[in-house]
Amino acid sequence: MSNAISNEHELPSAMHATELPHGRMGMWWFLSSEVIIFGGLVVTYILCRMHHSEWALEAANTINMAGALNTMVLLTSSFVVVKAHEAAHKGDNAKAARLLFVTVGFGLIFLCVKAYEYHHEIVQGFVPTANLFWGFYYLMTGLHGLHVVGGMVAMVIVALGVQRGNDPVGVEYVGMYWHIVDIVWIFLFPLLYLAS
Amino acid sequence: MSHTAEESFISKYVFSVDHKVIAKQYMITGLLMAIVGGLLAGVFRTQLAWPDEPVFGLGIMAPHVYNAMVTMHGTIMVFWVAMPVLVAGFGNLLVPLMVGADDMAFPRLNMTSYWVFFLSTIVLIISFFVPGGAAAGGWTSYPPLSNSIEASGVNWGVNLWVLAVALEFVAFLLGGINIITTGINMRVPGMSMWDLPLFVWETVIASIVFLLSVGPLIGGAVMILLDRNFGTGFYDPIQGGDPLLFQHLFWFFGHPEVYVILLPALGILGEVLCANSRKTLYGYKMIVWSVIVAGILSFVVWAHHQFVSGIDPRLAFPFSLMTILISVPFAVHLFAFIATVWRGSIRFNTAMLFACGFVALFLIGGVTGIMNGTAAIDIYIHDTYFVVAHFHYTLVPITFIATFAGIYHWFPKLFGSLMNETLGKIHFLGTFVFLNLTFLPQFNLGMMGHHRRIANPTAFDFLSTSDALFLQELSTIGTYGLLLAQIPFVFNFFSSMFRGEKAERNPWQATTLEWNTESPPGHGNFDAPQKAYRGPYVYSPEGVSVDFLPQFEPPQDGE
Repeated sequence: MSNAISNEHELPSAMHATELPHGRMGMWWFLSSEVIIFGGLVVTYILCRMHHSEWALEAANTINMAGALNTMVLLTSSFVVVKAHEAAHKGDNAKAARLLFVTVGFGLIFLCVKAYEYHHEIVQGFVPTANLFWGFYYLMTGLHGLHVVGGMVAMVIVALGVQRGNDPVGVEYVGMYWHIVDIVWIFLFPLLYLAS
Repeated sequence: MSHTAEESFISKYVFSVDHKVIAKQYMITGLLMAIVGGLLAGVFRTQLAWPDEPVFGLGIMAPHVYNAMVTMHGTIMVFWVAMPVLVAGFGNLLVPLMVGADDMAFPRLNMTSYWVFFLSTIVLIISFFVPGGAAAGGWTSYPPLSNSIEASGVNWGVNLWVLAVALEFVAFLLGGINIITTGINMRVPGMSMWDLPLFVWETVIASIVFLLSVGPLIGGAVMILLDRNFGTGFYDPIQGGDPLLFQHLFWFFGHPEVYVILLPALGILGEVLCANSRKTLYGYKMIVWSVIVAGILSFVVWAHHQFVSGIDPRLAFPFSLMTILISVPFAVHLFAFIATVWRGSIRFNTAMLFACGFVALFLIGGVTGIMNGTAAIDIYIHDTYFVVAHFHYTLVPITFIATFAGIYHWFPKLFGSLMNETLGKIHFLGTFVFLNLTFLPQFNLGMMGHHRRIANPTAFDFLSTSDALFLQELSTIGTYGLLLAQIPFVFNFFSSMFRGEKAERNPWQATTLEWNTESPPGHGNFDAPQKAYRGPYVYSPEGVSVDFLPQFEPPQDGE
C-alpha cells in the first residue's frame, strides 16, 4: 500500500531534480539535435569541397555584400532577442513582446535580402541543378531559411501570448532557438560566400 | 493528484496527454505493424523456398515485388515496430513511473509525437498502394536505387518512404527530448542518478544517441528527394556527387540506431532478470558505465557496413577495432545478467523465460557480430545470408523477445491484470524453437554464398543443390512456425486484457517505484508524492526480516 509515503516532501508536479527547469533542459536537447543536423551538412559540404577546388569559382558568384549585410542583421536581431529576455526577466512583458516583434522584423529583412540574392542568382543561371556547389548552396541556405521562418512564427506566437498575459518563460526559449539560427548562419556565410 | 474530472472518450483514449495511454497507443500501433512485417516475411520466405510455384496460390512473385516486400519488411520491423514499442512504448510507460513522476515532462509534446508517428504510419501504408508499388531499394535505400526512378522502377513509393521515415524521425526526436528530460529532471526526492532503475538509464542514453545521430540522415534524406525529384546531383558521380556519401550519412545514424533499440531491451532484461532472481542486480554501476561507453563508441563504428563499398582501406582497421571494442560493454551486460541470475531463487515465469532466452540468442547474435565486424571476414560474407542471420539473431531478440518479456512483466501496469502463464509458456517455447529453426540454417546458406537480395536462388547452380534447398525450406518452415507461435500471444493479450486475473499493486514483489501504483495506475499515477529511500535493487537484504525492500519503503530497523 501507499502508507510509505510521507507528506513532508510534497512538491508540485512541475518539480525538477536538477537546477534546470524542464523547458530549458528540453530546449538544450532540441538545440543539440539541430546542431547535429546542420553539423552533418556542414561536414558533408566541407568534405565535398575538398575534392572540388573549382567550387571556389562558383562561390565567387554569390553576393558577398548581401551575405555580410544579412550577418549583421542576424547578429543585431540576436542582441534584440537578448534584450527581450532581459525585459521578460524584469517582468516588463509589454516591452518583451515589443522586442520580439522587432526581432521578427529583422528576420523579415533577412528573408527579403535572401530572396533578392536567390532571384539574382537564378536569373544568372545558378539554379540548384546547375552543379553540386549550387545544390549545396540552396540546400543549406534553404534549410536555414526554413529555420528562420520557424523561429519567426514561434516568436509571434510567444509575443502574442505574452501580451495576453501568459507566462513569459517562452521568451527565453525562442531566444535560445534564435541564437542557434544565428550561429548556423555564421558558419554558412564564410563556407558558402567567402571561401571563393 | 488523480484527476477526477470527467473526460470525454476522445480526450481520454484518442487525443490523450496521459503517458500511459500514449504508451499503449505506441505499443499497439507497433504490434499491429509487426503483424504486417511478419506476414511480409512469411510471403517472401515462401518465394525463396519454392521460387517456381505460385505464392499461397496467388501467383508467381515478380522480382520487383519481392524487392519491395523485403524492403518494407526491414523498414517496418526497425522503424515501425522496434522504435515505437521499445523506445516510445516502454519508455513512455515506464520512465515516468520509475522516477516517480505523475506524467512526462511535456505531455502535450508527447501527444504530438504520437500523432506525428501515426501520420507517418499512414503515409507508409499508402506507399504500398501507389502506382509502381512500395519502395524496393532495400531498407537502407542506397543510391542509385533510391535517387533515380529508373534504378528501382519505383517512383512515388520511394518519395512516400522518405516522407514517412522523416515524419517518424520527427516523432521520435520529440519523444526523445521528452524521455531524456523526464528521466533526468523528474526524479523524486532522494533518487540520485545512481538510484535510477537500469531501464531509465538505458532508455535515456538510447534517446540521447538517437538525438545526436539522426541529424545527418535528415539532411541525407532531403538530398535524396532533391536528387530524384528535381535533378540535383548530390549522389550522382556524373554531376560531381558521390553515392557513398549516402552510405556514410545513413550508417552514421543506422548503426547507432541498432543501439537505440538494443539499450531499452537490455533495460527490460535487467529489471525482469533481477526481480525474478530475487537478487540485487550484479554490477549496477559497471553496467551503467558500460552503457555510457557503448553510447559514445556507437558513433565511431558505422563504416563497418561499408568494408566492400569502396572506403579507404586504411579506415577498415580502425573501424574493425572499434566494432570489436563495442562488443565489450555488451559482454559486460551479459556477464552481469548471468551473475545476477547465478544462485538466485529463480522464478521461471513467462517473462523470466523470455529474458533468459534473450541472453542465449543475443549471445549468438553478438559473437557473429564480431565476425562480421572484422574486415577480413566481412569481405567474404558481406551481403550474404550469414549477415542476415546475424542481425536477426540480434534484432529479433531485441524487438520481440525483450518486448514479450516486458509485456508479460508489466502487463499489470498496462491493463491491470496478469497474463495467462500456460499460454505464455506455449508462446515462449514456440517462439524460441522456431526462431532458431528460421535463422540457424541461414548461417549455412550464407557460408554457401547465398546473396541476401536474390528473389530466386535456383537461378544459381551452387544454390540449387539439395543441401541448399533443404536449408531454404527449413528456414521457411521455421518462419511459418514462428508466425503461428504468436497466435497464443495475441489470444492471451486480449483475453487477459478483458478477463485476466486482476493484479495487485506489486505482483512480482519488485522494488522499483512503478510497483507502488495501482494496477493499472490512474491518471496522475501515484496516490501521493513519492520519495526514494534507497537504490533500485534491494533484494534479500542482510539484517532485515523481509525478502525485498522497494525504493518507496521507508528505512527499516536493522537496515
